[in-house]
Amino acid sequence: MIPQTSWRPISRPRSRRHEPRPGSQVQVTLKLFATLQDYLPPEARKTNALALELDAGTTVQQVIERFGLPQKLCHLVLIDGAFIPPAVRATRPLQTGETLAIWPPIAGG
Amino acid sequence: MAWTRKILRVDLSSGSCTSEPLNMEWAQQYLGQRGLATKYFISEVDPKVDPLSSANKLIMTTGPLTGTPASTGGRYSVVTKGALTGAIACSNSGGYFGAELKFAGWDMIIFEGKSAKPVYLAIENDKAELKDAAHLWGKTVWQTEEIIKKSHQDPQTRVCSIGRAGENGVMYACIVNDLHRAAGRSGVGTVMGSKNLKAVAVRGTQGVSILKDAKAFMNAATAAKKVLADNAVTGQGLPTYGTQVLMNVINEMGALPTRNHRDSQFEDARKISAEAMIEKRPSDGKSHLVTNNACFGCTIACGRISKIDETHFSVVNKPEYWGASGGLEYEAAWALGAANGVGDLEALQYANLICNEDGFDPISFGATVGAAMELYELGILTEKQIGMEAPFGSAKALCELAQMTARGEGFGKELGLGSARLCEKYGKPELSMGVKKQEFPAYDSRGIQGMGLAYATSNRGACHLRGYTVASEVLGIPVKTDPLVTTGKADLVKAFQDATAVFDSAGVCVFTTFAWTLADLQPQLDAACEGDWTMEKLAAVGERIWNMERQFNNAAGFTAKDDDLPPRLKTEPVKTGPAKGLVSGIDKMLPEYYQARGWDANGVPSKETLARLGL
Repeated sequence: MIPQTSWRPISRPRSRRHEPRPGSQVQVTLKLFATLQDYLPPEARKTNALALELDAGTTVQQVIERFGLPQKLCHLVLIDGAFIPPAVRATRPLQTGETLAIWPPIAGG
Repeated sequence: MAWTRKILRVDLSSGSCTSEPLNMEWAQQYLGQRGLATKYFISEVDPKVDPLSSANKLIMTTGPLTGTPASTGGRYSVVTKGALTGAIACSNSGGYFGAELKFAGWDMIIFEGKSAKPVYLAIENDKAELKDAAHLWGKTVWQTEEIIKKSHQDPQTRVCSIGRAGENGVMYACIVNDLHRAAGRSGVGTVMGSKNLKAVAVRGTQGVSILKDAKAFMNAATAAKKVLADNAVTGQGLPTYGTQVLMNVINEMGALPTRNHRDSQFEDARKISAEAMIEKRPSDGKSHLVTNNACFGCTIACGRISKIDETHFSVVNKPEYWGASGGLEYEAAWALGAANGVGDLEALQYANLICNEDGFDPISFGATVGAAMELYELGILTEKQIGMEAPFGSAKALCELAQMTARGEGFGKELGLGSARLCEKYGKPELSMGVKKQEFPAYDSRGIQGMGLAYATSNRGACHLRGYTVASEVLGIPVKTDPLVTTGKADLVKAFQDATAVFDSAGVCVFTTFAWTLADLQPQLDAACEGDWTMEKLAAVGERIWNMERQFNNAAGFTAKDDDLPPRLKTEPVKTGPAKGLVSGIDKMLPEYYQARGWDANGVPSKETLARLGL
């Protein structure tokens, strides 16, 4: 389940070694909730959040695929709290500072 | 026919219990439970009645599918004029009480008058009698249920009762059944307490065997259960994580009301979420959540059963709270947590247990504590008045105030008034976060615009269960709509309100609507109930019920001015998150809603609308 990308728990300070080259990478936060939290590294599950460094231009869909998240479980996909429709996920690149949060089908009330 | 065709009328003043036939003409127009009981209530009670007077009535009612093999078919409702709101009240509960009432052969119980002394109603099939409850008065819900079951020597007896909150006049007291299921909102337990009615104990062994077409019904019920099982939300999401999974969702969306709606995101939301409930605690290596739980006939099983941390300050030396018990559900966790800025999961569970044990609504209680904490931070309420320091975020204050409210002690008496009366008393009515004196549930109207309209127009005061547009605006059920805009919300709210009225009148749980539409309910009703129950007829029933409730409220003195949100939500923009900068667009949506409803500018149904609906 560990993705093919650099990752670390959100609370851990960034090391200088992983600082991106200007313009080549973006720093984002990935949050996975409910059953999807199993796709996070164990230490990241305590916060449901993981800091990511991605190549600039990496899309939402590419992150979903990189983490091996089943498509049918990626029901509610938010960037900074705003809904990202399925049709947009393959073309929506992530920007530095954004938070991508994903839930399986859930409800409450 | 699904209905038992029998009503039990209990005159608490004279002590008589009499059986009478159900009005089957009304059953064809209002279906059952919420709709049919409200029709009875409105036909018998003056809209201007003082909710706590003997002239008010209280109806416990089942639906035609209650007690049948339909999934979730265990619901019952309590209809009265709400103590908290002064509006029509209908509070719905699961558990096992409703099905047992049906098995005893009753569609509903109408309580009228007031007993001179504490009593409880004992029902065993056709036999019903009022019994002395002097030994139960002053007892908690949990004690009451245990004592009654022992005295009846039948553990299968189902009990609903009020706790000390209902006896002490807490304005948002519940009627609790099966220990931790509740007819929770609007103060229906307060009305029950005002009548000196402590409990209803029922045992029924007659089953429900009077379906119109039993084979067709079983086929329809089986097909509908498959829809629930195959749906990712009702088949997997709700049983696994329960409603609490919404905590992080709504927080990420910037619509989690925090610290009495001062903020819309809570920094400790994750600590009180579904995800936190399944983590191992450092103190004992156990998770808070023990298991999920289902009500009668339910194939979803969203309920949470948890065990509190025995080392937590709230329950040290209180082993009576160490066992597995109900909670936390999302609305309670929000109201006891984010609404007060309290991020201590165990403290929330303790307060929740107290609410269950003594029967008061955790939503209204938590939100009222939030208002009191804001009054404290403003210096309007002092440490001396409250009896403790009570800043936002104080878990200790939350736990102590829950105890004081349950027992009617000290400042707990004032918290028992509810936020509207409390804030009015201290000269800050605008700090009460609610509609028609009932506190908001867990969604900020600025970040989920449709919910603002649903709150403002809910016939029982602010409520998420009258028109849960969160399903569409957040979860994409049945279709995704934009939560940040007002466009289209009038029609959306109306559609949710009318459909919900049908589900609430059928005897099934509204949570089925995460997978079912009316098209899934209709074949079950049509096979179970006498008459032809088409989609068109059901749609008309839902709209008819909504307008009937509205007519009662209008006659009770409510006007369009009461269909409004507190000024904070209309003038103070959201500070963070995707809704940053937004206020509620209620003033734009409300006229559109009235038009969609066929009401005039004052929120009064037009003659044409009433004629169309047969009202």
